[in-house]
Amino acid sequence: MVDINRRTFVGASIAVGGAVATVPLIAGCGDEQKADTSTSSLVRMRINGEAREIAVDNRTSLLDMLRERAGLTGTKKGCDQGACGACTILLDGQRVNSCLTLAVMHDGAEITTIEGLERNGRLHPLQQAFVDEDAFQCGYCTAGQIMSGVGCINEGHTGSPAEIREWMSGNICRCGAYTNIVTAVAHAARNT
Amino acid sequence: MYPFRFSKADDERSALSAGVSGARYIAGGTTLIDLMRETVERPEALVDINALPYRHIDLQPSQLRVGALVRMSELAAHPGVREQFPVIAQSLELSASAQIRNMASIGGNLMQRPRCLYFRDVSAACNRRNPGSGCAAIGGRNRTHAILGTSDACVATHPSDLAVALVALDAEVLTRDRDGESRIRASDFFRQPGSTPDQEHSLGRGALITAVEVPIVPELRRSGYLKVRDRESFEFAIASAAVALDVVAGTVRAARVAVGGVATVPWRLPAVEQALVGRIASADLWRTAASHAADGAKPLTENGFKVELIKRTVERQLAAVAGLP
Repeated sequence: MVDINRRTFVGASIAVGGAVATVPLIAGCGDEQKADTSTSSLVRMRINGEAREIAVDNRTSLLDMLRERAGLTGTKKGCDQGACGACTILLDGQRVNSCLTLAVMHDGAEITTIEGLERNGRLHPLQQAFVDEDAFQCGYCTAGQIMSGVGCINEGHTGSPAEIREWMSGNICRCGAYTNIVTAVAHAARNT
Repeated sequence: MYPFRFSKADDERSALSAGVSGARYIAGGTTLIDLMRETVERPEALVDINALPYRHIDLQPSQLRVGALVRMSELAAHPGVREQFPVIAQSLELSASAQIRNMASIGGNLMQRPRCLYFRDVSAACNRRNPGSGCAAIGGRNRTHAILGTSDACVATHPSDLAVALVALDAEVLTRDRDGESRIRASDFFRQPGSTPDQEHSLGRGALITAVEVPIVPELRRSGYLKVRDRESFEFAIASAAVALDVVAGTVRAARVAVGGVATVPWRLPAVEQALVGRIASADLWRTAASHAADGAKPLTENGFKVELIKRTVERQLAAVAGLP
């Protein structure tokens, strides 16, 4: 049986659309055109361990590139102005808001998104903790919460629930699942 | 967002050459990209300066030098800064979110633009965004706006916490243009709006901030930053106070006090400092000195509460810093 869920369908459609759309943009970056008059660029990144080469309009945020060009729709767009944290990813190992930076600024970067956390089919300890602790309701902020939580644990700011709350304050959950989110981060921090 | 050309500067020369011809410098981008998306900022070209050699923190016996491209999180985490400059580390960690602090640079922090909702709304009158168009905040929703340093043209607060600490500590901003290096006192760097609120700082066209230098003074024996907000974290200040005190044998020998969230620029309080120096540390002294914190204030229709709030913020932080070991 072919199992096509919504995420697979959306992701595949974007990947195909992205491939088609790159043709005119790459043509726009041709030798005959000076780079400094162009409003699009070619970026090379390693995304979740995979080398990618993507032509982007200079205006494309790293978030939009991931979702609409790389087909990685796990990273969510909430406010698109750095106020909610739904778009949090790891950029060269550090948690950042992917909506507040341009893809074109990160040629050569190493990026980890929610899709890149699992290892050999096993969830990352913090993903598993979110499941175990019921740390979400609608789930829209969850990818950003988990990526931010991974950053928070790496930075060593999980000494107490109060410290976790402060250092996770860049991630808004409008369902109000904060209590279980803090518990999940604390549990994963102890187990990593 | 409007289209723009993009380039990366490999060195100062190529950055300055792009800057002089009108390109906007971008480092962390957390303010600029947001405002470009709102079409408040419409640069035709961006030049990425992240490859320039401004990424060092150099702590010497007499001063701290912070490269302009150091990230907020890096400066806040520096062990020597945490030990010797608590007011700087605290002002940074009370700013923004962990994600934004990982992105935003020290130079960019000083170049932040106002958070006034009318400045960010391109359909509203704003003399800062569109000189001569008026100020929608003066007769509008102005609860979060300034009571000090305002003019008929603009009442927006300066959003930076770090800048309040830097002004308190007499820091200097180091800049470079094609003619060479310059130094600007932090207190002279930020311009009050007057009749030209669009001129926010004294950085020349195409000039780069290269570093910030902070002298090490006896007042740094005790220092700290208090930020009062509408929510406990990830919010701009309604009122804030940077305090540094040198207290010897129960007497205040020297004091530095600056406030944020209430003024159009980071606001030093010389009257409060003068009321402290030479006097015996006590709860009464903190209250008496802090009573000068709102001298000259001109409240707007919705922000009169800030007059009392800033006095109490300064009083509380004087007591907290004086009580440090």
